[in-house]
Formats: sequence, C-alpha cells, structure tokens
Amino acid sequence: MSSRTLYDKVWNFHQVKELSGGSTQLFIGLHLIHEVTSPQAFSALNEKKLGVKFPNLTVATVDHIVPTSNQQRPFSDPLAEEMLATLEKNCKAHGIKFHGIGSNSQGVVHVMAPELGLTQPGMTVACGDSHTSTHGAFGAIAFGIGTSQVRDVLASQSLAMNKLKVRRIWVEGELQKGVYAKDLILHIIRLLGVKGGVGFAYEFAGPAIEKLSMEGRMTICNMAIEGGARCGYINPDETTFEYIKGKEHAPKGKEWDKAISWWKSLASDSKATFDDEIQLDGSSIEPTVTWGITPGQGISIKETIPNPELLPKNEQQIAKDACKYMNLKPDEPIEGQSIDVCFIGSCTNGRLSDLQEASKIVKGNTVAAGIRAFVVPGSQKVAKEAKEKGLDKIFLKAGFEWREPGCSMCLAMNPDKLEGRQISASSSNRNFKGRQGSANGRTLLMSPAMVAAAAINGKVTDVRKFLQK
Amino acid sequence: MNQKFPKGEIKSIQGRSFTIKGDDIDTDRIIPARFLKCVSFSALGEQVFADDRKELKGNHPFDLDHNKGANILIVNDNFGCGSSREHAPQALMRWGIRLIIGESFAEIFFGNCLALGIPCLTASKEEIVKLQNLVEKDNNQIWEFNLKNLSISNQKETVKLILDEGPYNMLYSGKWDATSQLLDEEEKINKTFNNLPYLNNFKKEL
Repeated sequence: MSSRTLYDKVWNFHQVKELSGGSTQLFIGLHLIHEVTSPQAFSALNEKKLGVKFPNLTVATVDHIVPTSNQQRPFSDPLAEEMLATLEKNCKAHGIKFHGIGSNSQGVVHVMAPELGLTQPGMTVACGDSHTSTHGAFGAIAFGIGTSQVRDVLASQSLAMNKLKVRRIWVEGELQKGVYAKDLILHIIRLLGVKGGVGFAYEFAGPAIEKLSMEGRMTICNMAIEGGARCGYINPDETTFEYIKGKEHAPKGKEWDKAISWWKSLASDSKATFDDEIQLDGSSIEPTVTWGITPGQGISIKETIPNPELLPKNEQQIAKDACKYMNLKPDEPIEGQSIDVCFIGSCTNGRLSDLQEASKIVKGNTVAAGIRAFVVPGSQKVAKEAKEKGLDKIFLKAGFEWREPGCSMCLAMNPDKLEGRQISASSSNRNFKGRQGSANGRTLLMSPAMVAAAAINGKVTDVRKFLQK
Repeated sequence: MNQKFPKGEIKSIQGRSFTIKGDDIDTDRIIPARFLKCVSFSALGEQVFADDRKELKGNHPFDLDHNKGANILIVNDNFGCGSSREHAPQALMRWGIRLIIGESFAEIFFGNCLALGIPCLTASKEEIVKLQNLVEKDNNQIWEFNLKNLSISNQKETVKLILDEGPYNMLYSGKWDATSQLLDEEEKINKTFNNLPYLNNFKKEL
C-alpha cells in the first residue's frame, strides 16, 4: 500500500468517513459540469427533492456540443440548443457560476478551469468527463465520474470512492527537439497498455516530467485515463506556482504565501512508498503516432505497422481488427500514410503552446491540396491570446480554418465530423472506431506539431524534418 | 422491453444470456456520441451499439431474435473503457441488461453500472471463454446468478465469479444508490469542508 505520496495526503484531507460498504466518502473540492453529463443529474436531484449543497464549489461551462463555425443563439441544431438551455436553466436555478458563450471564459472544461486558476494543488476535482484526470497536472486528485455521481456531488459535495493504488512512472532525461508531451504519453500507454492503469493512480515524475510546462503536464495527465488510470498527477513545484500566480481564482496577497507552503507540503515525500514503480528514458522517445483503434496502438514515426502475428497473444486479435478497420498493412511504414483531415484542438492539445508549436511548422507553408485542416482553440482565452500573437493569421494564410472554441471533432458531437472512410491526423485523445463522427472514419493520434506537418505534406510526416529547415 | 429498473438488494438474477466478444470495447461503441445529445436517458435502449449493429445488418447480438428478453451479458477484457458517459450503462440497462460478466472492466464504467444497480463481475480468461461457449450452445437456457455464492449456474455447470468486497456489500445491502448514504451525516461533510486549507483562506490553525 502506498504511503506519504501526494495521493495519500490529498486523500486524507478529503475523507469524510468510511461508508458501510467499505468505501470512503470523499469530499470534492472542485466540481466541474458541462451540458452533456449534467442534465439527468439535475433531473434526479429534482425527483429526490434535493438541492445543491455547495453551489460555489461547482462551476459550469459548455463545450461538447457547441458549433465552432457559428455560435449565434439559438444554435441551428435544436438538440444542442436544448442541452445548452437546460444547463443555463439548471445553473440559474441552483446558483451555479456558468461560463457561457460570450462570457470570454467559456472553453473546453479542462482548458477553462486551469486557466481561470480554479484548479489548484491539493484539491479533489471531479467532473462528468473521463479527461478530468487533466487537473492532476497541478497535484490534485482529479477523476471522471458518471451522471449518477454528478448527482451525488451536487447533493452532498462528496462521493463514495475506493482508494486507488499508486504507480510512479519515473521519466529520466529530457524530450528531444520535435518530441512533445503527447509523444511521451502515447509512448507510456503503448508500454503499459490501455488497461495497465486500472486500479491505479499514476504519479508522473522524474527529470523529463519536471522540465515540462504546465500545458505539457496537462497533456500527460489528460491521457492517463487512456492508459486505464482514472487519475494521473504530477507533484506541484515552481512551474505549477508560476502558472497559477495572478490567475483570477488564485490565492492573493498573504494567502498566496500560505498556499505555497501548504502546496509544497503535499508533494510525495522522498521516503514515499508506491504500490508499483516503473522507469523509462524520455531522451530516447521519438515522435509517436497511433496506427490502430486504441490509444495503446502507437508506434514511433520510424516504425512500421506491426504484424499482428508477431505481437503478444493477447494483443493479436485487436491488432488484426485494427489493421482491417484502418486499412493498414503490416510492415508498412507509418510515415508517408496519406490523410484527409487535420484537426488541432481538444482538452489534450488545444492550449496556447500547442497552437504555437503547430504554427511554427505551418508558418510560410501551405496545406496540401485536398486536405481539410482546421484549428479549434481550447477556450475563448486561448483564442484571444493566439490572435494577439497573430497565430490565427499564420494558420489562415496556410489554408487552415480557424474556428471558435469547443470540443469539436475530438468526439464530433457538434457539426465537425469525419465523412465516410476519411482518415484524420488528430491532436485529440481517442482513436476508437467511429470516434470522430463517421461510423467508419479513422483517426491517427499525434502531437499538434505532427498534425501541422501532416497537413502541409498531406501525409504522416516526421515533424523533425521541418524543424531542421 | 423490461423497464423495471434495479431497486434495493441485488442478491440474485435469473435469465437468459448472450455474449459480446472482443477486448477493449469502449463506451463510444456502446453508445456513439451523437446519441448523447439528449437531456433524458429514456431513449437510449434503442441505440445501444448503434454503429456496430448497423454494420452487421441485423446480425449483431443485440438484434438477434433469440437474444430478445435476455438480461445477462458476457464480455471479454477491459469492457467499457474510454469516455465516462453513464449513457453506456444506461443504454445497456434500458435495452434490458441487468448483469455483466467479463474478464475485466474499465473503472468508471464499473462504477457507473454499480450506481445503477447493475453488477459487473469478473472471472479468468479461461473461465470467461468457457462461459461464453456454454452460453452460445443454447440460447434458451436459464442462468442463475447468486451474489452470495459469487457464481453463475445453468443447473449443470457453475462458474465462480469475482467481486471486490466494497461493491459486494453495496449490492447485498441495497446501498448501491449512494446518495442517501452520503447525506446521512451532513455535519461530517461540513467538518471536512472546514478543515480544507484551500476552502478556508489557507488558515494554518485548522
């Protein structure tokens, strides 16, 4: 059993009591809600004649269903409009702060909350969205929940939870030029598998992790769930504090100093014990691309599509399914695979630094003929800052579309979808069958810079070739 | 379609069973995102596995006539991975599923099922393959799940199942619907609130 880890310390602060079933009642310090997984939770509250216990600890935004081309109300899709209107009504009825369209602070929930300073070290963060693990980048325990649990948090600000084991993933060295946080997490999921983290919280640590920016750290923790780990976290340090300082909801004045000393005390002790530990070398990782239908089916840009027959027995069937679905042949190189659509955005890679890195590749180049490429900033703030830096013009000039913020083609609940058998180069987090809105559409996951390179060349490209120029 | 949803103690479940084969079946496949555009779960039963069913043109297990009315689903490894959408277990439940047995489940999916009173139990790969073969031999046989014995049986053959103590107790006692339990002692919630530095101006003497 782990001890003296950040996970243990934060867990202890939030324990309300032991429940009769053997689980723990855990207090939730920050509850984020959005339009997709909350309406039925509010309906259930109303049925049970319950109120929201701490309305100030729940914060709402709208992201999954918002159109990215025209955000005029009412939305042209009546179902999307109904979902947004329901959220607005629920927030108003219960006194919950809502960051709506036109508020300048709307965005993908996992982009919006950190940039407002809502997410802080030592918190428990829950949201009806599996990518809530993102907030672990700040040294919080953050995890996705279902709608029944959203109801429970609204009613009681707490959840019935079982404590997870903790696996420390120690990454030595430093990521090389052209290799990003996205490549590192795809590599980790490839190594440990898509269910390797079931039952675990992942602590990401070591020199390569410490050197990452907060945005890179969020990319890492965001995809912990793709490796089966419901939450991933990184111990807070100066990089964390620097990011939070001055943000709207950050502690101010004397409180700031007290906050820092508390936050520092939460980091895993040097004598912490873990349920499991693994180590890898960040310096040897290359740009990584998924070729299959699970985020664990990734290979470096220099590798070829694996031959299912040569894989471990338990991976063979899904690899065969993947080859068939993706129409990729074993032993073909992934580099040079042609693509149709390029998507830069999502809670994984829709932040300012993601757009900046991609824009460096795009600048002075043109999107290849026949490729549809578009950028969806993760939030209104990201969009504003990117425009101030002129990034929108760089993308537009190269032939990208520049859209309004939202989840967009990560899961295609809005009009942005693949069509038919189209194949995308995508900076998002899931390459599941049908994920991007076409039942037989195909997805190659990669870093935003790699997506940019793919857009320019019209095929999967090693981004390092652009960086050498 | 059976629309009597789970309630109270869940100690045994009887019914017919069928299998969905394959590892890493994610919740996008169980319920594609376009069906999440709703403010009520009520229509989801029709839409379970919509894209897979369309592709198989009537030959998907959820479309086969002899599976109509079955309530026990046997799956493989890492079932329910991906998105946290409770719409996935809701769709399965509203189609008629009341029990899922597999090699392993993704954590959020498992918790979402438990919150609806749908037990998810596991067994080794070998046992699951054996169970799947037995189930497929005869669609009409009635299976009986017994929580206390942690087993499922068709009278002739019995397969032992695994469930952690926490969810076992919740199902056995009927306390899987956590809301009332969580509201039992509100003063303890308030005490936790009052002891959290970040909710109390980072005061040192808490």
